[in-house]
Amino acid sequence: MSINQTTGANEWPLWEVFVRNKAGLDHKHCGSLHAPDAKMALQMARDVYTRRQEGVSLWVVPSSAIVASDPGEKSTMFDPMEDKVYRHPTFYDLPASLDHM
Amino acid sequence: MTASIQPSTAAGVQYLLRLGDACLVLSHRISEWIGHAPILEEELALGNIALDLLGQSRALLTRAGQLGAGAGGNAFDEDQLAYLREERHYLNPVMMELPRGDFAFTQVRNLVAACWLLPMWTRLQASTDAEVAAIAAKAVKEVRYHQQHAAEWVVRLGDGTEESTRRMQDALRQIWPYVNELFAADAIDAAAEASGLGPAWSSLKPDWDAAIDEVLAEARLTRPQHTPHVYEGVRGVHSEHMGHLLTTMQSLQRSYPGGVW
Repeated sequence: MSINQTTGANEWPLWEVFVRNKAGLDHKHCGSLHAPDAKMALQMARDVYTRRQEGVSLWVVPSSAIVASDPGEKSTMFDPMEDKVYRHPTFYDLPASLDHM
Repeated sequence: MTASIQPSTAAGVQYLLRLGDACLVLSHRISEWIGHAPILEEELALGNIALDLLGQSRALLTRAGQLGAGAGGNAFDEDQLAYLREERHYLNPVMMELPRGDFAFTQVRNLVAACWLLPMWTRLQASTDAEVAAIAAKAVKEVRYHQQHAAEWVVRLGDGTEESTRRMQDALRQIWPYVNELFAADAIDAAAEASGLGPAWSSLKPDWDAAIDEVLAEARLTRPQHTPHVYEGVRGVHSEHMGHLLTTMQSLQRSYPGGVW
């Protein structure tokens, strides 16, 4: 294992951290950190992001594995949805007991 | 300046002070990395570990103070015991007071200490003292993580670059002469075993050996030669480093007696 040579220079790879704060809820993206490998990334995520009991489960994902939309194509990607209000369920009355819509 | 205190010499009190002081002094040494750790993430990890150890120490010193009062001595609280003793009345093994050294030394010491504390706390869960058993139940989870964290570093740096391997092997060589003291037997140790307060330290050696050897093998590091000398920090005989450590650690309480947040 070579810590110094993972990404050239002296830079460790970047990892995205996802925390599930309660059983049954989703893992939520909460930030990122540098770590030499997956196992250390998980340990460091524990120390950086769950030290105040924020979580019951952790995911770490190499940032390089994330495919992101291009900010420059924002208008093509997202603007066409602007006038499609009928895609929102705003014309229905939701029962009060539905919490997570 | 405020007057120094002398803790009870009752065997049970001394036994708890040895362990409580080990946690306290190691916590202090680890805390010296704050502001100096190689990366932010590790700084938080070391800070968390130092705080866990400080919490364990607080609970043990509190209990030692209560037992001391019960044995006919003065009632001392955790702060008095942590800050107002003279060097000769601190009972931590000498290993814990050695300067923090480089990152290799810190991780090796953390591993050696965690592999020692893990079987210690595991056995203390069955202490005949209900307070101590409760402290142990909480501490055992913390120390299990400390051991994992230090082991991850020892493996990566031991089996890393030429320089990291050399530094890890150097750190092992420096710390090894201080290992004997962690498993030395004496009357206080025997009394704790007999009363059921806690395990004789010598009985922790097989667990420690197994845990250390497993990590060293994975890290491709060589276990140093056994040396005969046994240090006596647990009887208050410390190295030259202890006085300096205490002047830093005690300065606030000595200058502003009873000062609180």
